[in-house]
Amino acid sequence: MSDQSRTDRSTAPGLLGRVFSRDHKVIGLQYFFLSIAAALVGVALSALMRFHLVWPDAALPFFGSIKPEQYLAMLTMHGTLMIFFVLTTAPQGAFGNYFLPLQIGAREMAFPRLNMLSFWLTLLAFLVLLSAFFVGGGAPISGWTHYPPLSAVPSAGPGQGLGMDLWIASIGLFCFASVLGSINFIVTVLDRRAPSMTMMRLPLTVWAWFITAILSLLAFTVLHAAILLLFMDRHAGTSFFVPEGVVVNGNVLQHAGGSPLLWQHLFWFFGHPEVYIAILPGMGLTSHLLSTFARKPVFGYRAMVYAMLAIGALGFMVWGHHMFVSGMNPFAAFAFSLMTMVIGVPSAIKTFNWLATLWRGSIRLTVPMMFAIGFVSVFVTGGLSGPILAQPALDMYLHDTYFVVAHFHLIMGVAAVMGIFAGTYFWFPKMFGRQMNTKLGYAHFWMTFVGAYAIFLPMHFLGMAGHPRRYSQLTEVHFLQPLLPLQRFITFAAFITIAGQGLFLLNLFWSMRKGQPANDNHWEATTLEWGAQREPLDVVRGPYEFNVPGAKADFLKQSGEEDAS
Amino acid sequence: MARALLVALVVLTCGTIYLFIAKIWWMPALVSVSGAAVDREFSSTLLILGVVFVLAQIALGLFVWKYRNTNPATHSTGHRGAEFAWTAITATIFVALSLAGERTWAELRNGQPASTQDLQVEVTGTQFAWYFRYPGPDGKFGATRPESVDASLGSAAAIGLDAGDPAAKDDRVTSALVVPVNREVRLQLHAQDVIHSFFVPELRLKQDAVPGLNVQAHFQATNLGDYEIVCAELCGLGHYRMHAILRVVSEDDFQRWQRQQEGAAR
Repeated sequence: MSDQSRTDRSTAPGLLGRVFSRDHKVIGLQYFFLSIAAALVGVALSALMRFHLVWPDAALPFFGSIKPEQYLAMLTMHGTLMIFFVLTTAPQGAFGNYFLPLQIGAREMAFPRLNMLSFWLTLLAFLVLLSAFFVGGGAPISGWTHYPPLSAVPSAGPGQGLGMDLWIASIGLFCFASVLGSINFIVTVLDRRAPSMTMMRLPLTVWAWFITAILSLLAFTVLHAAILLLFMDRHAGTSFFVPEGVVVNGNVLQHAGGSPLLWQHLFWFFGHPEVYIAILPGMGLTSHLLSTFARKPVFGYRAMVYAMLAIGALGFMVWGHHMFVSGMNPFAAFAFSLMTMVIGVPSAIKTFNWLATLWRGSIRLTVPMMFAIGFVSVFVTGGLSGPILAQPALDMYLHDTYFVVAHFHLIMGVAAVMGIFAGTYFWFPKMFGRQMNTKLGYAHFWMTFVGAYAIFLPMHFLGMAGHPRRYSQLTEVHFLQPLLPLQRFITFAAFITIAGQGLFLLNLFWSMRKGQPANDNHWEATTLEWGAQREPLDVVRGPYEFNVPGAKADFLKQSGEEDAS
Repeated sequence: MARALLVALVVLTCGTIYLFIAKIWWMPALVSVSGAAVDREFSSTLLILGVVFVLAQIALGLFVWKYRNTNPATHSTGHRGAEFAWTAITATIFVALSLAGERTWAELRNGQPASTQDLQVEVTGTQFAWYFRYPGPDGKFGATRPESVDASLGSAAAIGLDAGDPAAKDDRVTSALVVPVNREVRLQLHAQDVIHSFFVPELRLKQDAVPGLNVQAHFQATNLGDYEIVCAELCGLGHYRMHAILRVVSEDDFQRWQRQQEGAAR
C-alpha cells in the first residue's frame, strides 16, 4: 500500500532524514523538547517578574533594573509562550503525536508529511516570537490577549511596533500549524484505527486528543482570521477594531467605524476553547492513569466520553464571560453566565468519576499516579473559583484582579502542567526504553504540588483585596501596600518551586542516558502502546480491563497478547 | 506516601478554611448601596463552593489513603444511578447559583430609575490619567473634539472640550471625582486612546471605558472619605500608576465645592 511505502521512506537513515523526520514518534519528541525550551524561557520570565514586583528598584546583573515596559513585555511573552508553546504544544503535539497512533493501532499519522510541516512551522513560530525581544522597542506590551486599540496602534507604547508585528507573524504561523495538526489528528482517529478498535474501545487519552483536535480546528481558524484583521488595521488602513476619534499621544488617528469589542469577541471565541485545548488531554490522561494505577476500570467510561464532548461543545458558548465588564450589552451576560455555570456540570461529572475510580481500588502510588492525583486536586481547587467568576456581579469586582490570575493559573496552567509531568513520567519508559529515577520524581512532585498551592492560593486573597493584575510596580497605589508581604511570600514560593523544576530536568536528561532499563510493559498497563507492535494488530477488548473476575493477571491487554499464558 | 498526601490535603483544606474565616486579606469595607448585594452573593457562593471544595479534597485524600495497594481492587465499570444522581445534584446547584447571580446582576445594572436628582459625571480615561467632567448648571455636557485634545493645556483641554459650544461653557473638568454622599451618581465612561477600566474596590464597581463607546455605570456612596480609583485594564506602560481619588463629601460640602469650581473657572 502507498501508506506503507511512504512510512518506510520516512525512516530512511541519514542525519537530514532523522531531523526532518516524518515519523510520528520523532515528531512527538521534537514537540516535547520544543515545549521544554519554551517552558524554560516562560518560567525564567515569571521569575524575573516576581523578582521585580517585590524589589522594583533592584538592578539585575547585565540587565539593570526592569522598566515598566520591559515588565509588560515579559508578561506578554510569558503568557504567549506558556499558552501556545507549552500548554498547547506538549499535551497534544508531543504526547498526542507520539502515542495516539500507537494507542489506536495505526502505523503512522494519516499525513506524515503534513505532520512534519506542522512541527517545523511551530518551531519557526517559536523563533519568530523570541526574536521580538531583540528588535527596537522590544517585545509587545499589550498582554497575550492584545486588546486593541493598544495592540492596533504602533504609537500606543514601546513594543507595539515591530515587536507586535512579530507576535502576529508568530501566532499566524502557530495557528496554521495547529490547524494542519488538528486535521491530521482527526483523520487519523477516524480513519486509521485498527479494524476492531471501535470508538468505544478508544483509551480516554485518544478521546481527549480527538476532541482537542476538533476544538483546535475551530478555534485557531478564528484566531487566525482575527490577527489578520488586526494586522490590516495596523498596516492596511482598515478599521476593524479602531473607532473614530481615537487620540494617541496627542495625534488623532485616521480610523473610523471599528469596534474594540469585536476583537474581544473574536479573541475569546478562540481563547476560551483554548483553555480546554490545554486541559482536555490532561483530563484524558488523568482518567487513564487513575484507572491504570488503581488497577480498576475507569468508572463510567461512557460518561467520561460524553462529559468531554459536552465540555468541548459548551466551551464554544461561554466566551462572553471574559467580557462582563467590557461594555458588552449587560443582557448578554445572562446567557454567558448560565452557559458557564452549565459547563461546570460535565467538569463535576469527571471529578466524581475520578473519585469513584479510586474508590475500592488497589492504588499504586507511582510518580505518574502522584501527578494524576495532583491534577485532580488542582483541577478541583482551580475549577471551584469558576462558578464565582461566572457570576457577572461578582466578576465585576474580581475581573482583572489577581483572583483571576489564581483561577486560570491553577485550572489551565498548573493542572495542565501536572498532566504533562504525569505523561512524561508515565511514558518515559516507552519513549526512551529506560526508567526515570523514582526518588527524584517524588521530590519533584512534592515541590511542584506544595509550591503551586503556595504560589496561587494566596493570589485569591490579593484579588479579593482588589489587587489589579498586570501592574509592573506596586508602589503607586496606596491600598496595595498592606498586600506587599503576601506578594513577597508568593515570590519566595515561586523561587523555591522553580528550583524544584531543576529536579525534573536533571531526572529527565540523566535518565535518558543512564536510567535503569525498562521492560516493554513497565507499568503493567493494558493499552496497545505497551505491547509488541506486531502485525496485524488485533483489538479484543476495551482499554481498562483491570481485575476482571476470573482473569489470571490483574490486567488484560487490549491486544489480547498474553491472554493464553 | 498515601498518608503524606492525605495530610497535605487536610492541611490544604484547613488552611484555606482558616484564611477564609480569619479574613486577614479581604475585600475593603463596603461604601456603596448596590455593593451589599455583591457581598451577600459572594458569601453564599463561597459557602456552597467551600463545602464542595472540602468534600472533594478530603474524599480524594481518604480514598488514596484507604485503598493504597493493600487489597485487590473491586471490579466495577460504573453505575448508571450514581451518574444520574451526581449529574442532577450538580446541575441543580450550578443552575440555582446561576439564577441567584443573575438576579444580583439585574439589580446592579438596572438599579433605581434615573432621576433628575442624580449627579451626572463623565469619566474619561487616557494614558495614564482619569478626568471627570461635570455638566454645570445647564445639566448638559458640551461637545468635545479629538483635534482639540492637548493635555499640556489643563484638564479641559486634555479631553478636548470644544470652547465654541455654548453647552461646554459651564462644564468643569477635574482630576478627582468628588461626589455627595447618599446621592445616585451616574457615570458615562469614555476612553480617549486605549481601553481603560474604572475600578473602585470599596464601591464593588468596575467598568471598562472603551474608545468609541459611551458606557454607563452608577453607584451611590454611603460613607464619607477618600477612596482610590485605579485602572483595571492593561493600558500601556503607565498602567500601574493610573489612579485618581474618589472623594465622597456631604451634600453641603459638595454644593460648596461646586460653587468654588464655577467661581474658579469664571
